Amino acid sequence: MSRTEERKQFDRRRRGRNLALLAVLAAVVVLLYFLPFVRMGGQ
Amino acid sequence: MSPPAASGAIERGVEALTQGGVLGAGASAGDYLALLKPRVMSLVVFTGLVGLYLAPGGLHPFLAFIAVLCIAVGAGASGAINMWYDRDIDAVMVRTKDRPVAAGRIAPGNALGFGVLLAVGAVALMGIAVNWVAAALLALTIAYYVFVYTAWLKRRTSQNIVIGGASGAFPPMIGWAAVTGDVSVAPLALFLIIFMWTPPHFWALALYRAGDYAKAGVPMLPVVAGDRETRRQILIYTVLLVPVALAPAYIGLSGPVYGAAASLLSTAFLAHAWRVLCDRRDVVAKRMFGFSIVYLFGLFAMLVVDKAMGLGW
Repeated sequence: MSRTEERKQFDRRRRGRNLALLAVLAAVVVLLYFLPFVRMGGQ
Repeated sequence: MSPPAASGAIERGVEALTQGGVLGAGASAGDYLALLKPRVMSLVVFTGLVGLYLAPGGLHPFLAFIAVLCIAVGAGASGAINMWYDRDIDAVMVRTKDRPVAAGRIAPGNALGFGVLLAVGAVALMGIAVNWVAAALLALTIAYYVFVYTAWLKRRTSQNIVIGGASGAFPPMIGWAAVTGDVSVAPLALFLIIFMWTPPHFWALALYRAGDYAKAGVPMLPVVAGDRETRRQILIYTVLLVPVALAPAYIGLSGPVYGAAASLLSTAFLAHAWRVLCDRRDVVAKRMFGFSIVYLFGLFAMLVVDKAMGLGW
């Protein structure tokens, strides 16, 4: 595999990791946003 | 630093990361997902969910979802830390050599950091969102798997999976505690089922992977005590498992539907154990290993069916 191809593959994988991390962080934010409503609603 | 110099530094950094295939082309999101041992996680999530469903009382569906998520992430975190610690032996075993850390796709420090972060996050979220009894049980499960099983027992004794198996048995108790906020006899019965099921399940696998374990220096029972003794122990533990598997029916946690299903499944599991004792071919042990997974899923699924039919508690 040439250095350029390796670089492209590296970039693609890094982009995938970053998008996955973004999705997880967004999900955590949404989760923590709704959590107080659910907990307060039960009391 | 001037822009061209910075660009050069980045190029050199990328080159260093990709050089010689040490980190390949960098870890993908899929590699990080593989760190969580998704197949193990599915069984943990299922048994945790059953514990949650069987517990008396109710939990808001959103909180139930968070509880299951925390159990899953906590189990995954344990898997990631295990892969960090066992990367040396994973690399020499055929079954595990392609794991992300052993194969060099994820740097060991990154796997450890990822695992610790997830473990702390899962326990904290469980405590904040659900209750601190469930969170404490989750923390205990992770700590038991990492320190007692992985770091202490796995490389020292042939009883590693007998004692260490407790870590895999906690999820239904965590699910139960998420609803009730305490631990009683009923979730202990669920704990015991998984605890007693673990040795025959793992030893069936170890029988046809003994060479792999020996090469890695892991003292699994077939390596230390031999093939014949392992087959005998599999049968003994399977016999002991039968009354434990029926326990939910006679302590009132479930009804006759579960009792009948557990009897049938246990009879089939016993037949597998007997065949493993009499027939030394690998295919027989492989069949028992495959059936052991069906057996546990079947028992826990029947607990749900029984309660859904209104015959249990």
